[in-house]
Amino acid sequence: MMYLDHVASTTIRPEAIAALEDAYERLDRNASGLHEASRRAKNALEEARERAASLVGARPSDLIFTGSGTEADNLAVIGAALASGRNSIVVSSIEHDAVLKAAYSLGRFGFATVELPATSDGLISLPSGIPSAEDPVGVVSVMLANNEIGTIQPLPDIVAAVKDRDPEVLVHTDAVQAFNSEDVTLEATGADLLSLASHKIGGPKGVGLLAVEQGVRVDPIIHGGGQEAGRRSGTYNVAGIVAMVAAMEAAHADRKGFIDRTSAERNEFESAIAAGFPRARVTASVSKRLPQISHIRFPGVLAETLLIRLDQVKIAAAAGSACQSGAVDPSHVLKAIGFTDEESGQCVRFSFGWDTPQGEGSRAARSVLDVLGQL
Amino acid sequence: MRALVAMSGGVDSSVAAALMLEGGYEVVGVTLKQWEGADGSMPTAGCCTLSDAEDARRVAAQLDVPYYVLDYVDEFTEAVVEPFAEGYLRGITPNPCIECNRRVRFSALLERTEELGCDVLVTGHHARVEDHDGVYRLRMAVDGTKDQSYVLHMLDQSALSRIRLPVGEMTKKDVRAMATEMGLRTASKPDSQDICFVASGDYRDFLADRHPEVAARGNILDTVGEVVGEHEGTARFTIGQRKGIGVAVGSARYVVDIAPAEQTITIGTYQDLLTERCAVEELSFTDAPPALGEMVGVKVRYRSDPVAATVMSTGDRWEFSFAEPQARPAPGQSLVMYEDEYVLGGGIIVDDRPSVTSVR
Repeated sequence: MMYLDHVASTTIRPEAIAALEDAYERLDRNASGLHEASRRAKNALEEARERAASLVGARPSDLIFTGSGTEADNLAVIGAALASGRNSIVVSSIEHDAVLKAAYSLGRFGFATVELPATSDGLISLPSGIPSAEDPVGVVSVMLANNEIGTIQPLPDIVAAVKDRDPEVLVHTDAVQAFNSEDVTLEATGADLLSLASHKIGGPKGVGLLAVEQGVRVDPIIHGGGQEAGRRSGTYNVAGIVAMVAAMEAAHADRKGFIDRTSAERNEFESAIAAGFPRARVTASVSKRLPQISHIRFPGVLAETLLIRLDQVKIAAAAGSACQSGAVDPSHVLKAIGFTDEESGQCVRFSFGWDTPQGEGSRAARSVLDVLGQL
Repeated sequence: MRALVAMSGGVDSSVAAALMLEGGYEVVGVTLKQWEGADGSMPTAGCCTLSDAEDARRVAAQLDVPYYVLDYVDEFTEAVVEPFAEGYLRGITPNPCIECNRRVRFSALLERTEELGCDVLVTGHHARVEDHDGVYRLRMAVDGTKDQSYVLHMLDQSALSRIRLPVGEMTKKDVRAMATEMGLRTASKPDSQDICFVASGDYRDFLADRHPEVAARGNILDTVGEVVGEHEGTARFTIGQRKGIGVAVGSARYVVDIAPAEQTITIGTYQDLLTERCAVEELSFTDAPPALGEMVGVKVRYRSDPVAATVMSTGDRWEFSFAEPQARPAPGQSLVMYEDEYVLGGGIIVDDRPSVTSVR
């Protein structure tokens, strides 16, 4: 079995499992109570918060734990837009649906959303600041690294262009895929809001994080008991949170190793594919990309068929995003960078992870070429 | 050997998958995504809905076989939905299930069977494929009340050699019993009678949504050309229709002609509806075609027994002469030829009469 879909979800790290086990044994009470059991949970939660805050360069009180990266994106876009008192939102055209759909969902409350175009190399540029929106812009959201094609945006430049035009505009970045390899802090990115997802970096599913720059306000989108200073209600998933933070620390410490290992496999994989199937086209190969992603178009091949054939020989890869039924939908990201629906339907994303065995890149390429040869 | 089983979420295709497993095949279950709403959502009423796909997925999980949803929306829209709407606008009564079988299931999907690593394509249709010394014959199902050989008449030797129809050997009762025994969740699921892409169950609403001109009012004429009433759109009618005409003349009246260009329909007595002839185009044959002058059994509608007819002329348009006068079949429907229980082939019924009213 070769698992080449780490971008969808990666292996949970042993540090995270250890943290989960410990938490379920010792910390599994409601962290918001007065008694000792609660205080124990709360202390562990807050200690984890401090460590996470330090990793992303935020103050502990500026960290909001959520139930997923999607929720963190929603809270950033909707929460910041609502709190801003302004009526426009700007998003890149290659954002994850968690950002796009959140932005468009505000349409019926009078918010206008404008999309920033992407180049065919998967980059967002702002030659003259943010496009003029009818109304003042509340928040701009540009992901640090794209989950489909892996391109990394020059975020500090984008932030500078935005703030230059209007210093009041907030910039959010979805750093969910970038944390494994990039310097993901508020300062390094220049962003005012930054979202992360636990299971993309080796933590458990069902936990995410939104870090905000000092003074940045977000209105809550989940209401209730008032946890996270009113910004995200709901009983704390202490076990999930401490495990996510353990994963964050392990991923942070392993960044260089991750880059070295995954890029070695990815590059081997791409070379072998290019040699064996010369018509294959690696998407955005000239741009700065995440080291673990290999997004390839196979002209003349239906991605749907290729994925099924790969599944039959126990190779796991991905294409576009699954719709509710399970069928593969054409990708809005690929459309944004200029692919036709037909071209989009020929693309497969292979992604490597922190625990990908050495040599997997070339082994995988051999199997993929083998299947391609039979089609 | 690996079987690609088209699973609709219904009990027949569920049991078909199980039978192939029993027969020693590896099974790959697929559901075809054929239709989506304007916003990309899957239908939630009619056949092949999201919950049907969910049913299929659960059966596949129960049988422990891989399951995928394949996107055929573009092919289906072009090959089935558009001709369906266009047919009604022309005044004929199309059969979308036959076009789906002809152009999507048993061509596009069949061609993909090998690409998907499989050897045969399997469906839950009630019909039988028999190998008579290398010649494949399509035969009516064991359960005559459920026989679907009519909608499979377009299969040729190449197709027949690559498909399996395991439930055709069983009665519907036995299929359900087997499903129950296996604990399949679809054992008592009712059969879908709807057109799969018409969510509301009423094709007229579907047509009116896409082609408002279909709801144009017009006159109902009698066979001497007198106006006897008004209708609300020619697409609401099919030749031979008796109910829903809305004109009371004392005895039963039937639709005998549909003229969308003039926006009229003509009604007449049962006598007016009777005909001795039928013209057919776009024929296909399971093997060698019948000969000129040969007498065959023909079905001109899905739910009827074959009636005797003689092949009067062949070529691009075939003409049949019924042994006994028949209610005129609706153009757009299929005429399927049988030799006893075996399907010889079929084609699309065309209207080649001069207009009924102009004869007078």
